[in-house]
Amino acid sequence: MTMLRTEGLARDFGGVRAVDDLTFEIERGAVHSIIGPNGAGKTTLLNLLTGVYSASSGRIYVDGKDLTGRAPHEFAAAGVARTFQNLQVFFNMSALENVMVGRHLHEQRGLWAALIHTPRLVAAERIGRAEARELLASVGLEAWADAAADALPYGALKRLEIARALAARPRLLLLDEPAAGLNPTETAEIHALIARLAEEGLTVVLVEHNMQLVMGVSDRILVLDYGRRLAEGAPETVRNDPRVVEAYLGAEAH
Amino acid sequence: MPLRDRLATPRTGGLAALAVVVAVGPALLPNSYFYDVAILAALNAIVCVGLNLLIGYAGQISLGHAGFFGLGAYGSAILASTFGGPPLAAIAAAVAAVAALAYLIGRPILRLRGHYLAMATLGFGIIVSLVVANEDRLTGGPDGLTVVPLAVFGLTLQGERAWYWIVGVLLVAAVWIALNLVDSPTGRALRALHGSEVGAEVAGVDAARHKVLVFAISAVFAAVAGSLNAHYAGFITPSKVSFLHSIELVTMVVFGGMASTFGAVLGAAVLTALPQLLTVFKDYEMVVLGAVMMGTMVFMPKGLVPTLAALGGGRRATTRPPAVERQPDPPGAAAEPRG
Repeated sequence: MTMLRTEGLARDFGGVRAVDDLTFEIERGAVHSIIGPNGAGKTTLLNLLTGVYSASSGRIYVDGKDLTGRAPHEFAAAGVARTFQNLQVFFNMSALENVMVGRHLHEQRGLWAALIHTPRLVAAERIGRAEARELLASVGLEAWADAAADALPYGALKRLEIARALAARPRLLLLDEPAAGLNPTETAEIHALIARLAEEGLTVVLVEHNMQLVMGVSDRILVLDYGRRLAEGAPETVRNDPRVVEAYLGAEAH
Repeated sequence: MPLRDRLATPRTGGLAALAVVVAVGPALLPNSYFYDVAILAALNAIVCVGLNLLIGYAGQISLGHAGFFGLGAYGSAILASTFGGPPLAAIAAAVAAVAALAYLIGRPILRLRGHYLAMATLGFGIIVSLVVANEDRLTGGPDGLTVVPLAVFGLTLQGERAWYWIVGVLLVAAVWIALNLVDSPTGRALRALHGSEVGAEVAGVDAARHKVLVFAISAVFAAVAGSLNAHYAGFITPSKVSFLHSIELVTMVVFGGMASTFGAVLGAAVLTALPQLLTVFKDYEMVVLGAVMMGTMVFMPKGLVPTLAALGGGRRATTRPPAVERQPDPPGAAAEPRG
């Protein structure tokens, strides 16, 4: 079963083709990693797959539905959630409220209810708050729930973004370098978290530089170089692919 | 939630405090001149509470809100005085028309950000003030327009005392509505847009829709205050629609403290009353007012209420978890290469 599919996906920035004619599929319920040297187009690809950038050409299908050219909130409505490499936390809100925004699509969004706080809204808010608190606890941030987001240390902010993404109850979760800047203990926690989510049946797309994490957690790996597919396959296949070794270490290495 | 904790939250404690201030106001106001200042301050506060939703919470800007204020004022004045409609219906019609207009112009201009949005809203304000000044057959032009008093069910509202209660109750209602909105799914979506627009969008927030929504809501607050102002004063002139008035409104919000509903109220109250108090300085009045505002911005850039809240807010620090749980930031965490 295919969760996400692209056809000839490309994105230009001026004269630079950051993503070039990519066609690939992401299977439901598996962990797919996207790796490649710096500037290979990984983050651009993630931005395309969540509607943050629009494609210069090509098509994107989520769950068989064509979402090409749609806005990010429409991707979210289709079950796509993500985190950011350069954090996009709401620093003007508490940690708990950050996660509650993640629940936006499941909240009571009527304007009149918001203006006069109907009993129904108050009841729904109580449930939403409790759910958000549980999610914070599941990523180990229960102690920070009521703190302002800008009081959280870096590692906690990364987990806060994951909790916010999970609050949307996504079917496809894209993580952009969740382990970047984390110490080994925190990286191990992220590893365990991704493994747990995959076990629960969530489809995960992981962009990551930490090879130990990538090799340990992935079912499939897509290797990008200059915006193109360099290799794709199971971790062992990719690890031993001479083209991948060359792209990472240079031609002299073998 | 125990009553003590409940009173400590802005929604209940702050609202109760504001209601008390409004209720005991008459005991502190010696004559009708002071009533007049209080009424004008409350009307400005209603505009600022709405404008703060747009500027302070949603992180957008408008330099044209005097336009909405003026359209509310002239709209209900023309409908009630020139065409002889019932004043309450005239107010309702003018406010509804302003909401529709704000929605229509909001859709294209709220695609703009920062300085560009400021310029676009400025342009809107200038168009409205030009129309008001030049359509003199309808608006009376620079001479202004006489407005009939507000009559409700055959009862004519006149005198500062009656108006004080009307405007006071409406201010409390406006603050209640704003506090409700901020602490709701829609309000969180607005604040999230301010924090990170792309972060809000990928969480499912329709940014364009929410920006237009808060723009229209803030325009409604301004239009309600504008139409009441026209009926209260019995007279309306183009100065209330001017660019200067738009700037005054934004200044009140920033001065009181952005993203603070009570800040907007206090900013409006102080900046409405201060010029009256400063008349003792005669010709130097505006110089002193300018100096007070510059000093405030230099020494409390977050505005009055947030600065005062931080001073009295040792409480907030205690909500942090113990230091043991804090992990040190990894070196270079802030500056990473992009993949």
